[in-house]
Amino acid sequence: MAELRIAGLSKRFGTKTVLDALDLIVPSGKLLVVLGPSGCGKTTLLRLIAGFERADAGSIHIDDETVSAPGLHEPPERRRIGYLAQEGALFPHLTVAANIGFGLRRRADRERRVATLLEMVGLPQDYAGRFPHQLSGGEQQRVALARALAPAPRLVLLDEPFSALDAALRQSVRDTVADALRQAGATAILVTHDQAEAFSMGDQVAVLRAGRIIQHGDPVSLYRRPADPALAQFVGEAVLIPGIAAHGSADCALGTLPLAGACAEGPVAVMIRPEQIRLTARGVAGSRPALVCDVTFYGHDAVVRLSLPESPGIGISARLFGLDVPRPGEAVGVAVSGDVVAYPAAP
Amino acid sequence: MSGRVLLGSSARGPVAEPVPRALIPPAAVPALLVAVPIAITIVDALGAGSARTFALLACPLVADLLTNTVLLTLATSLLGMVIGTAAAMLVERTDLPFRRVFSTLAAAPFAVPAFIASYAWVSLSPKFEGFGGALLATTFSYFPLVYLPVAAALRGLDPALEDSARSLGHSARGAFLRVVLPQLRPAMLGGALLVGLNALVEFGAFALMRFRTFTTEIYAAYQAGFSGAEAAALAVVLLLLCLACLAAEQAMRRRVRYSRLGRGARRPARPYVLGLWRWPAFTMLTLLFAGATGVPIGMILFWLTHHSAAAITPDEVSAGAVIGATLTTVFLGLAGAALTLVLALPLGILSTRRPGSRLATVLERGAWLAQGVPGIVIALALISATVRTLPWLYESTPLLLIAYAILFMPYALVGIRAALLQAERGLEEAGRSLGLNWFGVLVRITLPLAAPGLGAAAALVFIAVTTELTATLLLAPIGTTTLAIRIWDDTSTVAFAAAAPYAAILVALSLTASLVLARRFDLATVRLDLGG
Repeated sequence: MAELRIAGLSKRFGTKTVLDALDLIVPSGKLLVVLGPSGCGKTTLLRLIAGFERADAGSIHIDDETVSAPGLHEPPERRRIGYLAQEGALFPHLTVAANIGFGLRRRADRERRVATLLEMVGLPQDYAGRFPHQLSGGEQQRVALARALAPAPRLVLLDEPFSALDAALRQSVRDTVADALRQAGATAILVTHDQAEAFSMGDQVAVLRAGRIIQHGDPVSLYRRPADPALAQFVGEAVLIPGIAAHGSADCALGTLPLAGACAEGPVAVMIRPEQIRLTARGVAGSRPALVCDVTFYGHDAVVRLSLPESPGIGISARLFGLDVPRPGEAVGVAVSGDVVAYPAAP
Repeated sequence: MSGRVLLGSSARGPVAEPVPRALIPPAAVPALLVAVPIAITIVDALGAGSARTFALLACPLVADLLTNTVLLTLATSLLGMVIGTAAAMLVERTDLPFRRVFSTLAAAPFAVPAFIASYAWVSLSPKFEGFGGALLATTFSYFPLVYLPVAAALRGLDPALEDSARSLGHSARGAFLRVVLPQLRPAMLGGALLVGLNALVEFGAFALMRFRTFTTEIYAAYQAGFSGAEAAALAVVLLLLCLACLAAEQAMRRRVRYSRLGRGARRPARPYVLGLWRWPAFTMLTLLFAGATGVPIGMILFWLTHHSAAAITPDEVSAGAVIGATLTTVFLGLAGAALTLVLALPLGILSTRRPGSRLATVLERGAWLAQGVPGIVIALALISATVRTLPWLYESTPLLLIAYAILFMPYALVGIRAALLQAERGLEEAGRSLGLNWFGVLVRITLPLAAPGLGAAAALVFIAVTTELTATLLLAPIGTTTLAIRIWDDTSTVAFAAAAPYAAILVALSLTASLVLARRFDLATVRLDLGG
């Protein structure tokens, strides 16, 4: 269990800047999920922390120890950082027990430690003698996690550990991994491009874009108050409509809506989450008239696309829960619940 | 998926400590080992003064040798290319009977060394001595070097291309000439150049056929009593021919590879219907394989069972002598394989762990030059160097093993490369993050994973050493008698029956090792990568 501090970390490959003066702090014992689109530098960040690559600038500290700084590069084997790769990277020539025990120095309580870890990742004890090729993808990832946790690392890094698993398996492996990490009390960083995974697993979520962390916080505030419109759309679906901000609220096609947080007065883009938009009967007080354009039914919810007859050219989406789904062409009313976010309109 | 994209870009970029610097000096050893005999040969050739060297080379004998060598090389390459391509077409793309049997037999001629084929043919009739016999023996031994890549190219061709040509108005013959044949060209020419390279460095087969080429004349000059400058001058000319051939082959290899552009399931190509030609074609192909493997094996069996038919049987073949030669051969094979592998390993690690680095490329190219340096040139250079400066090493087993290591370094490198690529970088990184240093990862992860492939590489070098004649003949310490040396001695004195038991054991050894290897991986493709 340790605190990780990264300051001004940069990495270039040839002429391409992958990480650009990145700062990040992960408090002791927390799971930070780094969320970012393809090619944003997520994997490079992990490889620099693990010591597989050398940084061009900046420093990495674990508690009081500096593991990377200009002129200093602690080799990976001395960093005590566990690394779980996308495909697990189990040693194919070793049994499950030998894989898990690989990083253990002392022979003495090796067997007990292996047994404890197998239990921690939810695998039966008789798996110890099996070989990696006899395991399913999900089981391989569990063993790989057990192997990474075995030497009690100060920090665990997980590089898209669930992306190679099929959807049905993913959730159960995710739960196991989250439980095991919590049980081990490890400080951990998981990188992913999957928003649902980031929000459901992370104590904190940091969004990485073009080599920089653009927002870092707890999942709820990140989802509710994203730093910019692009980020709002990246972390979930967002309805963006023009408006005018004044005195802590914004005037727009859906009425005068209270703003969460401060915003400069003047023309803005108002961001509303589709689940904030409620459908009402037409003419109900506080609602605006709307027409149903089309409906996409997902089972547990449905997304309804609407047009506003009073504001031509503006389309909005609402997420509805429950079984009452309107038909296309139906005339309804819409109202917004909760605070909304506004961004200064682009000039 | 960002991981994959980024891994792709990071693989190109500089990686922290993929290999320690201490590995670089040992990785340079193979290239240096190849450079030494080349340098010695040039120094020896010019040693008597360049005027004298040119005088040596200007004599009519050299002109004759050049004619002989070049004619035979061209004829073998051309014949090998025609036979190899025709056989591959018949087996891969027609309705020939027993196509599968031929397909499995295709690599078998590799297991019969050319000097054994030569022994079989001259012992069948002295009429086979000279150009005709030499051409026959080398063509039969080396045509698989064309057959195998052409067959592979045919299997890789997309039949949709031919269909497109047909739908664009070409006849079957037109589609073959304008679409299929052009795509086979790199495989055909590359294979022909490899055949040529093998013919250039061949010594035993030509000597037994009493056909004079550069190699046999270099040997004769050496035997005649240490006319070092003359042998070296001839060696330089031969070396130039070989290196030119190797360079052409490498250039061919770098040319654009034709391949399928699209993906998706492949439809097998429609076979050409031979019709009336079906059985004649079958007979031709049967004769080809009978000549390539049937005659050598048949003649060995004949001499094994017909002692009295031989003109000369100098001394009774004792079981002890046979066992002794076999054990010596196996010992040299094992020791040679071990030394070659140990010397090649650092370079293999460097080139797989730092792909594309300039240093690794240069060192690897250097080691690969060994393919273009004939065994006789290496042997004479080592003799010349040790006689003068390191007499204690002259005619010693270690020197012989070093010669094997130089000759077969490319074999070991191909095998080691393939083996080391088995251990992906992710596994090694996992080892590092679990607390092992670079060397620990090598010992506990990389080498165990590479072990089967390293074993195969060792087996490949083992076969090559046991069937090697030239360097063994020149460098073996007095009293060291291998199977190849026995066959050489007895055949040279026309004691064909005496040679038979040794030849039988040698072919059996080489065939068995080849079969074991073929099970492990595609022997044919590895030998093609090496150039035979």
